[in-house]
Amino acid sequence: MSPQITPIADTAQDLELSERILAPDGSRIANPRLDAFVADVDAEQLRALHRDMVILRRIDAEGVALQRQGQLGLWAPCQGQEATQIGTARALAPQDYVFPSYRETGVIYARGAQPGDYVRMWRGEEGAGHDPEALRVAPLQIIIGAQTLHAVGYALGIRHEGADEVAVTYFGDGATSQGDVNEAMIFASSYQAPVVFVCQNNHWAISEPVAVQSQFPIAGRAPGFGIPSLRVDGNDVLACMAAMRWALDHARSGKGPAYIEAVTYRMGPHTTADDPTRYRDDAELESWRRRDPIARLEQHLRNAGELADTHVAETQAAADAVAKDMRAACLGMVTRPPLAVFDGVYAEPHTGLERQRDEYAAYLASFEVEA
Amino acid sequence: MTEMTLGKALGAGLRQAMRDDEKVVLLGEDIGKLGGVFRITDGLLDEFGASRVVDTPLAESGIVGMAVGLAFRGYRPVVEIQFDGFVYPAFDQIVAQVAKLHYRTQGRAKMPITIRIPWAGGIGAAEHHSESPEAYFVHTAGLRVVAVSNPEDAYRSLRQAIASDDPVIFFEPKRLYHHKGEVDLAAPLADASPMGLARVMRTGTDATLITYGAMVSTALQAADAAEDEGISLEVIDLRSLSPIDYDSVAASVRKTGRVVVAHEASREAGVAAEVIASITERCFEYLESAPLRVTGHDIPYPPAKLEKYHLPDLDRLLDAVDRVLDRPNSLTGADA
Ligand SMILES: Cc1ncc(C[n+]2csc(CCOP(=O)(O)OP(=O)(O)O)c2C)c(N)n1
Repeated sequence: MSPQITPIADTAQDLELSERILAPDGSRIANPRLDAFVADVDAEQLRALHRDMVILRRIDAEGVALQRQGQLGLWAPCQGQEATQIGTARALAPQDYVFPSYRETGVIYARGAQPGDYVRMWRGEEGAGHDPEALRVAPLQIIIGAQTLHAVGYALGIRHEGADEVAVTYFGDGATSQGDVNEAMIFASSYQAPVVFVCQNNHWAISEPVAVQSQFPIAGRAPGFGIPSLRVDGNDVLACMAAMRWALDHARSGKGPAYIEAVTYRMGPHTTADDPTRYRDDAELESWRRRDPIARLEQHLRNAGELADTHVAETQAAADAVAKDMRAACLGMVTRPPLAVFDGVYAEPHTGLERQRDEYAAYLASFEVEA
Repeated sequence: MTEMTLGKALGAGLRQAMRDDEKVVLLGEDIGKLGGVFRITDGLLDEFGASRVVDTPLAESGIVGMAVGLAFRGYRPVVEIQFDGFVYPAFDQIVAQVAKLHYRTQGRAKMPITIRIPWAGGIGAAEHHSESPEAYFVHTAGLRVVAVSNPEDAYRSLRQAIASDDPVIFFEPKRLYHHKGEVDLAAPLADASPMGLARVMRTGTDATLITYGAMVSTALQAADAAEDEGISLEVIDLRSLSPIDYDSVAASVRKTGRVVVAHEASREAGVAAEVIASITERCFEYLESAPLRVTGHDIPYPPAKLEKYHLPDLDRLLDAVDRVLDRPNSLTGADA
């Protein structure tokens, strides 16, 4: 299934060489490789994908706003990457398990995140934002690439049990330079582990363009590890879903790992601490605005007469409601008491830590006596 | 009771742990057909198959990272790092992932991973094969660190480490792999001394020698030699470096009033520094002289022909004992 990949790393051209189903103007393109994977997707499902992307963009905007208002320490926006995240995550089966990086807000949304889950980690209330078992999503990972190995280990367990599950890991283009990501591909291939690698090539690793990480299209590396890959237009939600269904089918049917590079673009800053005007020009951003994933699907639906203005208004209202819940959950968070800093370090009693906790408890109690 | 080497005892411990719990899986380089470069996993592939005794590609971060994923799925991975000096490529996965995931998830992700490390020097090995990296791991919250010193302890502590819901860095002194001792293979695990407790290996009244791993043997030899000179040394095997059993340590120091802490690892910010600082905090008023450290030097581990100048030996231990006892020593000279 691996495409013929031409060895270029020109960020303007390489998009044209990726698989797509929807053109930037919303028109449908025949894709012999992928069409079959989304043959069942009807207008109603397309509207659901549209709604997901609109809600995700709203959640993301709320995250940025909450950070600007001092409610979050940091936020990693995903504006522009909605099609990649929603398209791939909506292809997952409930039993599949995801190992994400920090930017996968759309993935945890699709897995059923609760309003507080989006912000708990960024607000500094807890190390992980959500319950991994409830969402079947491991905690957001900040160490670049580390989670890819976890996915492979998990997939090895799946394989041992013969379970009907797939482990999925998300990471950025910058991450592909990390040893861990390369080791993950080797291990996955050696054990034919049911794992899907999703590289979100959003063109930038903070200020470093993708060409610093790779002089060859990233999807072209996977075949060298014995892993089939697809390079898709990451702003085409249908292509992302189709590619992911291909990859999941491949892994689920015992054929081993699969790899997707979704070529997309981070429209906002790397995080709320970043200033992208220092390293990228407006023209580039502008050219990507014309490939906006939400506008593309919207246009497609309108062309087909499948998107009523009332639906758009309802979707926007639903998105506002989600954002409102997220804000309320954020502002309503109650920070745990001081001694909670000691909670959960170990699963079993650790005398060294218990002694420290007792000492600190006594210290804290000394103020109460004074008062 | 069965007499066996420390290496065989470790193998027996792994075998028992794998029989007890099918979620125990082994990962490492050459651990299958070869049985590991030290043959610790000898025969396990035959008994448990390739899905539980997994020969891995040569990538330490990969091995430990996979163990994390397996732990997410409810397994109890036991990782073999081939040699102490090769654990560094896995450092991130150990200190940032294995150690932290339980805390980050407030217990919703357990990391019952045991990382076995053939450890420390004295065997005339090549570069990177004789290191003592324990302080890095002791310094890392979320890890337990164990160092064994005899076959019985090796057998039991390894099973305890695997059964623990916490990650354990498990140091195996390769200098002692061929040392023999009695092991009670049938004794229930529940009756064993808990993993975090130190053990008084020899009682004494004049000074306390605190150490762990292969240095326990050296300390016991020093105690024998001291006895010939009429000095009574208490020897404590710490066994666990995180947590450290300060109750046992303090009880001994309160009795003897004098302390020497010894290890092969370099000195600066090492385990001995921590032990002495804690002793000073806990029982300063019982101390009759300043506690001393006898350690490796703050140098990269030297070439094999020179390692004897780096490793604390009997004489360096006894010299320190002389110093804490205010007897003539290398600093004061024979006339003091
Ligand atoms: C091991 C490691 N090194 C450096 C960083 C700091 N850092 C955070 S994000 C980032 C860029 C990552 O780029 P990429 O993998 O393309 O993902 P993106 O943020 O674009 O989604 C860097 C260098 C880190 N988190 N982890």
